[in-house]
Amino acid sequence: MIRALAKRELRSLFASPLAWVILAVVTLILGWIFLLQVDLFLRIMPRLALYRHGAGVTALVVMPLFHSAIVILLLVIPLLTMRLVSEERRQKTLELLYAAPLSTLDLVCGKYLGILGFLGTLLFLIFLMPLSLELGTHLDWGLVASGLLGLFLVMAAFAAAGLYLSSLTEQPIVAAISTFGLLLFLWIIAWAAKGHGPGSHILRYASLLNHFSAFGRGEVRVSDVAYYLIFSLVFLVLTGRRFDADHLEH
Amino acid sequence: MAENLIDAHNLSRSFGGRPAVRNLDLTLERGEILGFLGLNGAGKSTTLRMLAGTLAPTAGRITIAGIDLLNAPKSAKRKLGYLPEQPPLHPELTVSEYLRFCAEIHGVPRARVRSVVQGAQEKTGLEEVERRLIRNLSKGYQQRVGIAQAILHDPEVLLLDEPTVGLDPAQIQDIRMLIRSLGEAHSVVFSSHLLSEVQSLATRVVIIHEGRLAWSRPLTATPPDRLAASYRVGLRKASAPEQMVERTGAREVAPLGEGWFRIRPPENAAADFPELFLDRAVREGWAPFGFVAEETSLETIFLELTRGEPPTPTEAVA
Repeated sequence: MIRALAKRELRSLFASPLAWVILAVVTLILGWIFLLQVDLFLRIMPRLALYRHGAGVTALVVMPLFHSAIVILLLVIPLLTMRLVSEERRQKTLELLYAAPLSTLDLVCGKYLGILGFLGTLLFLIFLMPLSLELGTHLDWGLVASGLLGLFLVMAAFAAAGLYLSSLTEQPIVAAISTFGLLLFLWIIAWAAKGHGPGSHILRYASLLNHFSAFGRGEVRVSDVAYYLIFSLVFLVLTGRRFDADHLEH
Repeated sequence: MAENLIDAHNLSRSFGGRPAVRNLDLTLERGEILGFLGLNGAGKSTTLRMLAGTLAPTAGRITIAGIDLLNAPKSAKRKLGYLPEQPPLHPELTVSEYLRFCAEIHGVPRARVRSVVQGAQEKTGLEEVERRLIRNLSKGYQQRVGIAQAILHDPEVLLLDEPTVGLDPAQIQDIRMLIRSLGEAHSVVFSSHLLSEVQSLATRVVIIHEGRLAWSRPLTATPPDRLAASYRVGLRKASAPEQMVERTGAREVAPLGEGWFRIRPPENAAADFPELFLDRAVREGWAPFGFVAEETSLETIFLELTRGEPPTPTEAVA
């Protein structure tokens, strides 16, 4: 049943031009950034050869690409998640799900896996760019894998927040703006943590961005993985609570 | 109790402190078509939503085929098919895609999904449009898709909320025929604010007024060997009502305008009262041109109950 829900979600996403436009735009922009990085790398390559332990192509091309991808995802994921629940609320199709023999867990998982399926596609398209480098050089696969894992966890966290905010409203655009606002806020929250003032490490810990940087260096730290998983889980639980509250209405 | 498909006890629901449904008791027996009748806002939809398990009651208990809806919602909902007031359709899917999705979330085994969808499409006359996007269907067809969605998993109980609202007369006729045929295999609860609809479809009528169950009784047409409560008769050359009462022995003759009169048979009249009345009318030269038996007078009951007078004490629900 979770499968059926996720499948329907994917189908509806792909039935709208929005999903295709987003895939196209993200690929175009990241492709451009990727080419710029490759170009930069080719220009500085002769000088890099002088260092024995200098950074390789993976660190200089692929990781900046992943970092840019996160910024773009921050803009794009709210647009993908905005309709997840709000659209169903507006079209009154939530009644169908509530009347079906589905538990709240089924509902949340179905919706979430549907959007993760789409984001998986997007991640795959992004991954194709570094993969093309393998034609001419060798990549540091460990670093790529850690980057991909980080990217996926960031996507999962963004999507969970988007799902929750979409469940709160009937207006997709309200969901999109509030998701964007929330994610951006959690992004820049660490800017306040200058120096070693009291609580600055809390702010730094809360920041969505800070936890990605270790992945970008090839370090998979349990604390970072846990941060993203807990972040996602919290929003999924909140979404479930919101679904339950619909039965109680007013 | 085992035979009742729906048993609702003391159901109450309020929205923001304002009660929408108050202490409602309701049962549905196997094979019944139950018509919910009430003005707009009487609490019909709220009651149906509670029965469908999409809205939790503030108080009360519901069992569906013996299963408690609030304690075991998953297994109780398997026995239910529900069409909300606004059919819950995904306009971006085709009819068969949508129905396949509905079958899957209702737990129809994967191997049977195809045949189940096929069957529901046949029953609701959707075969020719199965490949079309729901968005592009007429309202009548969309309503059919909504009904197909409710019967897919062959539920024992069908809950249809205003199934004919917003349709044109031909579509209304189609949907009514469909509901009648569904009533043969399922037990149905449907709501309507149209008297004629309830009268033509339901085997039992429940009138809901201001959130209370105001009246509940089986509906049977007046058989030929019994008298209706009143008759409407059209007379081209009628004489004064008092004179007609005197000549025919009717209890009351009330002019309705344009040559029509409502006549009530006397208390202990024989079953041939209509015959005698017409015979008399012809011989007196009143020139009858129309004669209608007024069925159970549901209309009168409905209007009396909903006109603000305190509802008369209800006969216990059978």
